[in-house]
Amino acid sequence: MGQDVEISGVSMRFNEVYAVRDINVHIQAGEFFSFLGPSGCGKTTLLRLVSGFMDPSEGQIKIGGKDMCKIGSNNRPTAMIFQNLALFPLMTVAQNIGFGLEVRHVAKAKREKKVEELIELVDLYGTGDRMVSELSGGQKQRVAIARALAVNPAVLLLDEPLSALDLRLRNHMRAELRNIQRRTDVTFIYITHDQTEALTMSDRVGVMSIGKLEQVAKPDIIYNTPKTAFVASFVGESNIVDGDIIRIDGDYALLKTAAGSFFGKNPQHMDKGETATIFIRPETVFLATDSHAENRLTCRTKTISFEGAYAVVTLATEQGQIFTMRLNNDGSVPRIEEGETIKVRFNRENAFLLKDGGTSIA
Amino acid sequence: MRDFWNTALKDLGKIGVAYILITVGVWVVFMILIPQLIMFDYSLRPMLPLRDIGGPKDVWTLKNYMVFFTNRLHMAIFFKTIWSSLIVTVTALTICYPIAFYLAKVARGAKIGLLMLGLIIPYWINELLRLFAWQIILADMGILNQFLIFLGIIADPINFRMGNGAVILGMTYAYILFMVFPIYNVMESLDRNQLDAARDLGASWLRIHYKIVMPHAKPGIAVGCTMTFMLAAGTVAAPQLLGSPSSFWFTQVINTNFECANWNLGAAYATVLMLLCVVFMFMMLKLFKVGLKELTQ
Amino acid sequence: MKSSKSIFRIIIGLYLTLFFAYMFLPLIFMTIIAFNANDIPQITPWKGFTLMWFGELAKDEQMWSALWNSFLVAFSVVAISVPIGLGGALLLTRLQFKARNFVYGVLVSPILTPGIILGISTFLFWDSYMDIPGGLWTAILGQSTFISSYCMLLIMSRAQRFDLTQEEAAFDLGATHGQVFWKITLPFLRPALISSMALAFMQSFDNYNTTLFAIGVEQTLPIYIGTKLRSFISPAMNALAVVFILLTVLGAIIYEYRRRREMIKAA
Repeated sequence: MGQDVEISGVSMRFNEVYAVRDINVHIQAGEFFSFLGPSGCGKTTLLRLVSGFMDPSEGQIKIGGKDMCKIGSNNRPTAMIFQNLALFPLMTVAQNIGFGLEVRHVAKAKREKKVEELIELVDLYGTGDRMVSELSGGQKQRVAIARALAVNPAVLLLDEPLSALDLRLRNHMRAELRNIQRRTDVTFIYITHDQTEALTMSDRVGVMSIGKLEQVAKPDIIYNTPKTAFVASFVGESNIVDGDIIRIDGDYALLKTAAGSFFGKNPQHMDKGETATIFIRPETVFLATDSHAENRLTCRTKTISFEGAYAVVTLATEQGQIFTMRLNNDGSVPRIEEGETIKVRFNRENAFLLKDGGTSIA
Repeated sequence: MRDFWNTALKDLGKIGVAYILITVGVWVVFMILIPQLIMFDYSLRPMLPLRDIGGPKDVWTLKNYMVFFTNRLHMAIFFKTIWSSLIVTVTALTICYPIAFYLAKVARGAKIGLLMLGLIIPYWINELLRLFAWQIILADMGILNQFLIFLGIIADPINFRMGNGAVILGMTYAYILFMVFPIYNVMESLDRNQLDAARDLGASWLRIHYKIVMPHAKPGIAVGCTMTFMLAAGTVAAPQLLGSPSSFWFTQVINTNFECANWNLGAAYATVLMLLCVVFMFMMLKLFKVGLKELTQ
Repeated sequence: MKSSKSIFRIIIGLYLTLFFAYMFLPLIFMTIIAFNANDIPQITPWKGFTLMWFGELAKDEQMWSALWNSFLVAFSVVAISVPIGLGGALLLTRLQFKARNFVYGVLVSPILTPGIILGISTFLFWDSYMDIPGGLWTAILGQSTFISSYCMLLIMSRAQRFDLTQEEAAFDLGATHGQVFWKITLPFLRPALISSMALAFMQSFDNYNTTLFAIGVEQTLPIYIGTKLRSFISPAMNALAVVFILLTVLGAIIYEYRRRREMIKAA
């Protein structure tokens, strides 16, 4: 059964550099939790701290309420799936899967039975006696999973396990992993830089920038209500404009930018006069058909690319600011021509004012 | 420092770290360092009858070294040994360089394996027996003499064993492998395309070797020369079997000292030999501008 | 262009032929002489085909005793050098420390030291300070000093290609250090360990320079040969050489055969 993982004030220092700094998160038992972030953000370090390959420079890690300080990786109730899988090349599939049981001196008969069960669970019928080098990428993945599950871990740690697979296989494996997690009820801690993976598979996501945990929330909250500029720019696409706050209106604020003044949500409770950045998702921008004046832009369409189910329209304001708009191809929107001048707007509930700029997408 | 131990213990476990420390420790201390120091110590003490050891006469002195430096015969032998070893090294290099190149760059496929085997097989036969073969060939009534007489080139047998010739020939024969393999190894890593490109641009083979192959092969050449020289200067077998009194080798002088139970003198001479090898090695490193790391078999 | 290429080929061919003639002719002569019923080792005059030298060899008690000693020493050297070589290889490939290059130099220095110096220093140490006179024990130690270095290098080259994440995975699955080493690391190193055992054996069996100075009055086979060759030369030595040659050729054939089989299996 899965156990909860409590990470309190954890930092990891290598010489002078902090790989992760003051991480606080409580992962619930049986949860599928993902750490999402760019390369070098420290997510692998964090995983290795939980698995016991390193002890944190500061802070504490508890699994199932028990402090893991000084307990080595072979004594923790965790099992890890490595990015390169680290299967044992000189052993067969069955021997690989049964390894954890073998080192625990489980009786041969019992061990073989468990291995059989696991081979069934991950759908690897008939491969028990093959050498792992003979298997395909997807099959090797499943051996790694079965091998980890064999030791009945309370927490399964997955280090970007799908990054080496081709697209079709990746999608298939995502569903399988989710399936296995639900069936076994083990706590999954998954790290990836692919946001689609994190958002589709997880119960909750923790977004990391360099060494810091920016936001921990359910996928839809992360996407729709980013707490910091980093999250807003890293997850999903956004239109990004810098400006100064000129008015506060309850939970909202008015940002004066080169492209005009816009109202947006103010979750960080910034004050008048502060510099901020506004984030607007392309799919929340739409043609202004009414005379509503707020958050309105007059732009010239630069390019339109039809991508089947939707169209991506690139717009330019008079001041040269680039905006992107995403329109569903459901017939509700009249066709737009390239070079046309149109009026677009967005709702203030869908825009976020956040401190520190993000990276523009245009 | 603490970090180092922690990582080591985490990586290898207590038994693992202990195993490494014990094996390497015993090796370095009891087999490499202490015996060397003791030999050095011996070289600094005078030869004394048993009862005088540890007594007042047992002092540190450079007397043994003085014996060497003042003995003109021994000095002559020493320099002759160096000179002959250099000849062996150069000869071996000249012979082996083309072979190494051929093996590394020209030969193809099955031929390589066969040639390698042809190189290695003789070396599985004891060095002494191989030298013995040359002894037979070069003897007064040996094969070479008989052959030359048969051809009518000479009338009386030539005493090949006079002088250093036989010893040098024998040593070259014995140490070819040690010269070929380091050079071959280095040459192997040279990208064939470079040679083809140079050829394509019109360079002559001589140029190609001088400007491309040799610079690349420098580490291998350095290693090969060092090993060959040290083997030549430090061996006893070849001089014993193929030499004559006029080609006495420095190692034989050392041997004689030991046979006469003058271990102290022998130790001193051995230390001199050791210094020679160290100096030569550093010279080679400097000459070829190579680091100490290059050593493969 | 073409004619210069074929001249080139001829020169190469000639050079190779000369080279390998230089390498093999002495051995061929040796073999022929072993069957010549001539008291003095020569090809001519040919006094008839005979196997008597082999008989004389077989009756030589000293030779058998020296051969026995050679085996004793060689097996002991293997038993000492391979574990030490393994220790050294692990030290240099798994632990990171500042003096690494220096330690590497120290551990490799025995290879660069003339054999007689190793023999002398070992002899002096054990005979004078440890009260163990020159003999098989000192020969074993003297040889092991540098043969360990060879073993270390051999094992190192394999160890450096080891994927450490395998060990991490094994730990993660609950194995102890001992289990990880025994079940994961050692099987990987096995080929290198086996070849270093073979190398150690051959180098020990064949060794002359170090053994001569370390062994005191005892004899291994090379020492025996050396003494014999310096005193009274008899074609019995040729017979011994033929035995060596036969064994070597046999070894080479077996090696090639196994190698060909491996290649077929891999294909």
